[in-house]
Amino acid sequence: MHTITKLWLFCLLLAMSTVASANLTIEITRGSDQALPIGVVPFEGSEGMPEDVSQIIHDNLDRSGFFDPLDRDSMPEQPGEADDVQYSTWRSLDLRYLVVGKAERTDNGYRLQYDLMDISGQRRLMSETVNADEDDLRGAAHYISDQIFEEITDIRGAFSTRIAYVTAQGVGDDTDYGLYVADADGRDSQQILTSDEPILSPAWSPDGGKLAYVSFENERPEIYIQEVNSGNRARITSFEGINGAPVWSPNGRRLAMSLSKDGQPEIYIMEIADRSLTRVTDSNSIDTEPAWSPDGNQLVFTSDRSGGPQIYQHSLGSGETERMTFTGNYNARARFSPDGENLFLIHRSDRGFQVARQEIDSGRLVTLSDSTQDESPSVAPNGTMVIFATQQGNNGVLSAVSADGRSSFRLPAAQGDVRDPAWSPFLNE
Amino acid sequence: MQLKPLARSLAVVLSIVVIAGCSSTGGTQDGDSSGSQDGRDGSSSSSTSGAGSSGQYGSGSSSADGSQQADSRIPDVKTIYFDYDRDTIKGEYESVVMAHARYLRSNPDADVVLHGHTDERGTREYNMALGERRANAVERFLNIQGVSSSQMSVVSYGEERPAERGDSDDAYSQNRRVVFNY
Repeated sequence: MHTITKLWLFCLLLAMSTVASANLTIEITRGSDQALPIGVVPFEGSEGMPEDVSQIIHDNLDRSGFFDPLDRDSMPEQPGEADDVQYSTWRSLDLRYLVVGKAERTDNGYRLQYDLMDISGQRRLMSETVNADEDDLRGAAHYISDQIFEEITDIRGAFSTRIAYVTAQGVGDDTDYGLYVADADGRDSQQILTSDEPILSPAWSPDGGKLAYVSFENERPEIYIQEVNSGNRARITSFEGINGAPVWSPNGRRLAMSLSKDGQPEIYIMEIADRSLTRVTDSNSIDTEPAWSPDGNQLVFTSDRSGGPQIYQHSLGSGETERMTFTGNYNARARFSPDGENLFLIHRSDRGFQVARQEIDSGRLVTLSDSTQDESPSVAPNGTMVIFATQQGNNGVLSAVSADGRSSFRLPAAQGDVRDPAWSPFLNE
Repeated sequence: MQLKPLARSLAVVLSIVVIAGCSSTGGTQDGDSSGSQDGRDGSSSSSTSGAGSSGQYGSGSSSADGSQQADSRIPDVKTIYFDYDRDTIKGEYESVVMAHARYLRSNPDADVVLHGHTDERGTREYNMALGERRANAVERFLNIQGVSSSQMSVVSYGEERPAERGDSDDAYSQNRRVVFNY
């Protein structure tokens, strides 16, 4: 059995690049009542292009929760450049912003020229020309979305990022597990690992080049690091007991993790270069699910030292540990917001397990999701959205909610369970 | 169901487990070490019971009436179930664990891997820890019964390998389990 499993896995790893993709689709489940009305006019000259660039921009802005894009069928006219925009026409539709653009064929792709117009101010906010290879039109659309989003909100856009997630198909011993990486809109998914044993807890390196994760391919949990593009991988830990919950330090040189080799699960920090371990916690209880503060000076983790699971914070400087959560009797798997001011976590409410946000200074906790079987929250690098796993019927699906809880969307898969999402860092530094 | 040959004293306990096993078998138990291919055919309890020589539970053909015989072969019942958020071995399963203890004491060369599982509620890595706690509780119990630590190891699967899918209380209770793997 062991040999067969390993051989099978090895063959699949070799064939990795040919494994079919399984894209996720997007369903907006809740729109914010504070979303800004914007129009993204179909780009002039875009007929026959392999991707509908303006629709991708429309969908990105819609999903963000910050915008309420006008349906293109409701557009009274479709100007292709700034000079042709009749402000009064669009103002009568209560539109705040309008994106117009043109596409021109080049030798190996397209030249995309777009303008962002402020309708109420009757002026052009930005104008840019983007050259895109034919096979990277989606990437160009995400880039343009990022520019528009930042110009209007003053928040860096996160449309050019990616998500990693785990799939499971089948039941019991017949389950096949997959580790995927897809664009933030669920498209262009690539399977980077296949196994007939569980895979869980993928975590991005800060440079977006690698994933750490837990694999049971040897019929026990072990932590691996894999390069996303090359597929090269290395086993990092294989201690007795739990090898779990790996997370990268902000500088990318260390991994925090949970190991039960000394009895109870405890938090450890590993120097990746020499694999040396430092034990962080020492309690007669479960300590797991570590997460680094953005400045790398603190680790939060889940511990049941007070009975049920609660979030604790360990200061790596002083070595002191304090309890962070006091609302309810189940708070687990916390992640920091990029500004370090909030924790996103799983909170058990009267309704079930929900994504919640706790302000660190005030200790105030608010639930964000409508669903009740939520797990694995992961924060977008710009802090505006949290992606998480939940249940829809009997299937695991990914869902996302804005940091203020006002808007949400779901990414259902065609079949099987999808779970354990991890939002990448910014990839276009 | 083939409960007839079972000893009366164990009938009640085993019937609970066998019924539980029948509803959740179908190749879902990460149990049997030698018969993994058998488990792949998604077999129902009837074919599972006849599969392999390792004597899977649900067969009902092996006797629990002669303890000298029971000690010479791996006990049929290999799964015990737990209450929500608990790692306490329930009274109704103590006889199951005792049977494994007898077997392991009588067969010092035998090794068992205790697989701990949870239901799907709550976070994955925390559940990994809860599954380990359950398997550790069984390991401690066996140890107290005189089983050598060198014969036992623990692997927690947390909520990653449910025996039963779905979000019903019934499915949840089928998934909160420790499985003896020889």
